[in-house]
Amino acid sequence: MSARNLPPVWSKIAKHAVFPETTHDERARYNFLANLNKHLAHVSQGNKIAFDKRVEPKFEKEHGRKMKDTSELKAAMEKDPHYQVWSSLRRSTMEMRQQAGRSIVLRQADDLKEKAEKLNEGKASLVLDADCKVPDYLLACDNHIMPGSYHTELIDGDVTPAANYDTGLFVTTAGLLGTYSDGGGKAITSWVKKSYPDFKPKRILDIGCGMGHNVLPIAKAFPDAEVIGIDTAAPMLRYAHARAMDLGYTNVKFMQMDAAKTIFEDESFDWVQSTMFFHETGGKSIYKIMDEVYRVLKPGGLTLHIEQPQYTDDMSLFEKFIRDWDALNNNEPYWSKMHDIEPVDLMEASGFKKEDFMQIGAKAENDLDDGSNKAEEPEDHGRSPIWNVFGAIKN
Amino acid sequence: MSEPLDYIKLASNKPKGKRPYFHDDPAVERVLNITMAVAGELAVMRERMDSIERLLETRGVLTREEIENFVPQDKTQEEQRQLWHAEYIGRILRIVQQEMEELQNPDKTLEEIANDINQM
Repeated sequence: MSARNLPPVWSKIAKHAVFPETTHDERARYNFLANLNKHLAHVSQGNKIAFDKRVEPKFEKEHGRKMKDTSELKAAMEKDPHYQVWSSLRRSTMEMRQQAGRSIVLRQADDLKEKAEKLNEGKASLVLDADCKVPDYLLACDNHIMPGSYHTELIDGDVTPAANYDTGLFVTTAGLLGTYSDGGGKAITSWVKKSYPDFKPKRILDIGCGMGHNVLPIAKAFPDAEVIGIDTAAPMLRYAHARAMDLGYTNVKFMQMDAAKTIFEDESFDWVQSTMFFHETGGKSIYKIMDEVYRVLKPGGLTLHIEQPQYTDDMSLFEKFIRDWDALNNNEPYWSKMHDIEPVDLMEASGFKKEDFMQIGAKAENDLDDGSNKAEEPEDHGRSPIWNVFGAIKN
Repeated sequence: MSEPLDYIKLASNKPKGKRPYFHDDPAVERVLNITMAVAGELAVMRERMDSIERLLETRGVLTREEIENFVPQDKTQEEQRQLWHAEYIGRILRIVQQEMEELQNPDKTLEEIANDINQM
């Protein structure tokens, strides 16, 4: 047993028929990057130490008062050499992760496309819509600093954005989401099964499903339900569908559409789910999407949304600042705004009742956890697979 | 078949959204990024060597001397080696390419984008 928790080797990741081929060096590169991520999570503690020992005292000495807000704190921290080198290394690691993933998938773009087409051809369970517009909030920057984001097609029928995502999520999270990166979907499924043992949803909608990794555990747990994943990015959906077909799912459908204006009838779903989706939307769209969730949900239906941990009043300025690091430096900009919205207010604005609102904590279910990683670890703010889940039953 | 993608260039593309710089002098950022990429490649090489050494050890098929004296045996081998170098350099000089891409297509800052998105 090691004194330090080691990330699982990348070769533990689950393969399937559309999964990219990798060479020895490509796997080794990902092993290096997972370890580098882990290392940086440890030395991130230096930011708090630097803040307590020199940044805050210096500010208070110069100004004769405490810091007022996170923007004052940010300005002061940005001059600190530990924060500078840590941030610079973390940004660099994320860029290297993208470079590594893209160099794997782009060299085999045609092969991946063909593999996906073979599984997708003639299937009614993949519905693409060439008229579906990628929302402006997704065009404003490349989320997660993925060049080209989720939607860009370098060749016709491209699936490389999803293939890149599939190979790399395991690296960024150091394998903590499990072999299929579905630790979020598994956690919510278990919670629903435990909390509502009699719940038998007939129709389930997953919004912003991406490559479908979090909707599959739901489909597996409710084999009699019709499960639909929607997203605006065709490359993600082609890959999601092919992946699900190869993994033997028969009750999942993937459809290209904007969650703010779906084609579904009023009150047509028993469960509407999203996982790490809302923080990648926009300030007006988030309300439109929640309106749509309310509209398509049946009375008595359940909606749940896995998100980043909320910022609370008792959270220190420093913690709020460091939790915003990924938002502004790993391109998830809307998170820096969304945490000012109370989920209960967001849901009430769409018609959900305050007394029906619920909020719980969730932690990824990780099939790679064999109990050997016992060393205590600092929380990697914005990265640890510990989430806030909010939702409601529509009454 | 589509036209082959220039995956070496594409893999190192700059993402949309202005890149944050954390050091007072951007030159430090640049050099650090190149250094970290080289560090990564050294780790990759170390892992490969580890695999090779373990396999050799197990099977006893090669001597160290044979490896020491090896040179490419034909055109294909030569090209494979050179392609590896081209890919390697594209990878470790990523930041220089991205700075050039930013010069060509200047971006908004993420704070500006967050404000824009907040209105979308």
